[in-house]
Amino acid sequence: MSADATKSEVPAQLPDAAGHFGTFGGRFVPEALVAALDELATAHQAAMADETFRDEFAGLLRQYAGTPSLLYEARRFSAQAGARVLLKREDLNHTGAHKVRNVLGQALLTRRMGKRRVIAETGAGQHGVATATAAALFDLECVVYMGQVDTERQALNVARMRMLGATVVPVTTGSRTLKDAMNEAMRDWVANVDETHYLIGTAAGPHPFPALVRDFVRGIGDEARAQCLELTGGLPDAVTACVGGGSNALGIFHAFTGDPQVRLYGFEAGGEGMGTGRHAASITGGSTGVLHGTRTFVLQDDDGQTRESHSISAGLDYPGVGPEHAWLHDTGRASYQPVTDAEAMAAFELLCRTEGIIPAIESAHALAGTLAIAPKLAAELGRQPTIVVNLSGRGDKDVHTAGEYFGILDKE
Amino acid sequence: MSERTSRIGAAFDKARADGRALLVGCMPAGFPTVEGSIAAMKAMVAAGVDVIEVEIPYSDPVMDGPVIQRASDIALAGGVRTRDTLRVIEAVAATGAPVVTMTYWNPIEHYGVDAFARDLAAAGGTGLVTPDLIPEEAGEWLAASDAHGLDRTFLVAPSSTDQRLAMTAAHCRGFVYATAIMGVTGARSQTSQAAPVLVSRLREVTDLPVGVGLGVGTGAQAATVAGYADAVIVGSALIRCLLDASDEASGLAALRALSAELAEGVRQPDR
Ligand SMILES: Cc1ncc(COP(=O)(O)O)c(C=O)c1O
Repeated sequence: MSADATKSEVPAQLPDAAGHFGTFGGRFVPEALVAALDELATAHQAAMADETFRDEFAGLLRQYAGTPSLLYEARRFSAQAGARVLLKREDLNHTGAHKVRNVLGQALLTRRMGKRRVIAETGAGQHGVATATAAALFDLECVVYMGQVDTERQALNVARMRMLGATVVPVTTGSRTLKDAMNEAMRDWVANVDETHYLIGTAAGPHPFPALVRDFVRGIGDEARAQCLELTGGLPDAVTACVGGGSNALGIFHAFTGDPQVRLYGFEAGGEGMGTGRHAASITGGSTGVLHGTRTFVLQDDDGQTRESHSISAGLDYPGVGPEHAWLHDTGRASYQPVTDAEAMAAFELLCRTEGIIPAIESAHALAGTLAIAPKLAAELGRQPTIVVNLSGRGDKDVHTAGEYFGILDKE
Repeated sequence: MSERTSRIGAAFDKARADGRALLVGCMPAGFPTVEGSIAAMKAMVAAGVDVIEVEIPYSDPVMDGPVIQRASDIALAGGVRTRDTLRVIEAVAATGAPVVTMTYWNPIEHYGVDAFARDLAAAGGTGLVTPDLIPEEAGEWLAASDAHGLDRTFLVAPSSTDQRLAMTAAHCRGFVYATAIMGVTGARSQTSQAAPVLVSRLREVTDLPVGVGLGVGTGAQAATVAGYADAVIVGSALIRCLLDASDEASGLAALRALSAELAEGVRQPDR
């Protein structure tokens, strides 16, 4: 591999100093948090410029998380897709998803800032488990906020977090789901900001979180780009990912944003269908607004009150999206499309049966979207396209949901 | 800061001349119903609250503790709309008491910033208190508040640097809101040690009146805060009078009693 093949071109650096991606992003927060966000932004800049920090992060990713994850050529799935499909196997990472990269980066940053306590929000519990894992490794106190609806649906992940030493706080306000857990984490942060870092789970929230999370997960794309060059001798025609808050998608997109011939596709949760209003597709089914500290696309009613989102995938079930995606959509650099629950579950089953890989239901949205775009891309290019798919996580956590969906659980 | 005169300035001037602080009482519009909230706010004015802070209920109130969250949820579940809030403001402003409006940013952005400023001014509101809008993000609101002659109150906190205190105060008109504690809204048994320090730091950088909020719930606490602040802002303790009551009449009675106690407190500043 040539030296330059491992490095991608980074386009003009965004966000700007105030955290804006075009008209998106920024900081819509209580003044009480500004000092902490400034401290975090300074620590983030200093850390990224510090070779010792970068080496330590790289070492942890390699030794503890098990990266670089494989880029696997899924031949039997490819035959069904009509495209050469390469899966970025983030499902093989420790804790089973791309999220471990973000939590390890932020845990290192927490220690660097001299803080002893981390808090996090979680929906399905994946980010909560990842945060509890990093907190155990770094000997940090850990409190995870989780909507009461979710603590009941995801009892196993609640137990996992407790095993790892975290305190799980069920949130009983509002819709009792992820967005309310995020509100509660913000409230804790305002009150305990001196000793606490808010270890946010996706590339959303006020500046510098979207930039910071992106920087910690962008290794996914850096690896995938180099691996694709090595495996195929060229760049892919398209890179695809599911979009909840947007971290796994940004993680894999970023290395390719400077390659204009590589199309970027983000697949949002279309739930029961866009026409039903029961979905979690903020970009394709929402409008611009302010939520959780940032200006972005939001699911909201006529008065700007947040609407509840719906998706079979807990990890995509969020009524907002990271501001960099709003910007990538606005500029046309990436395109975003909804994928319904049914389409995602069909792709879930196809990957199980063709490759012996059980994907996370989140990641199944990326697979379904890939199946949808492949024929169009083939027609446009006049040849079989090569598509890199971010398989962001494994499906162990989803066995119950999928088992119920397919009606394959034995009755008691 | 713009040189326009403040809509609420005269009330502060008068209180200062009387050697006391203003009492600002908060209540969400539409809680428990639109009419019920108008009745509650009028009762507060009658019992001695000087300024009413009407809160626009919002689905994701990250600065608020359990009491205001519950009241907001009740108001939203009852179907309150932003335009109902304007009706509440108009009805309460008709009593002659200045009415400020507290709102998270998204409902205003969604209504249209200039359109909301226009309608708020027409309803007789004095301006906005914006808990999740910092001056750096407020360009549209700075222009709209100038265009429609409205006050604007940004918040400062114990964690604000001196530089941010000066910058934030310079963007305020009417008064500055000092959050007395690092934390969400809700009455507390002790008011904060940090508040007087924050207020004296503010006095170094601005001549604007300073309101202190977060945590006040008794007449004695109001007197303490009145000792160093120009306005004592009370929310959760008043709202709880209605939340805890078994019926509307007893809720209003409790609300009147607490309003009167607080009004007494701001007239006896501990100095
Ligand atoms: C496996 C997996 N993929 C994707 C997501 C969605 O998050 P994001 O859009 O930040 O990648 C989650 C969130 O829980 C997840 O667990």
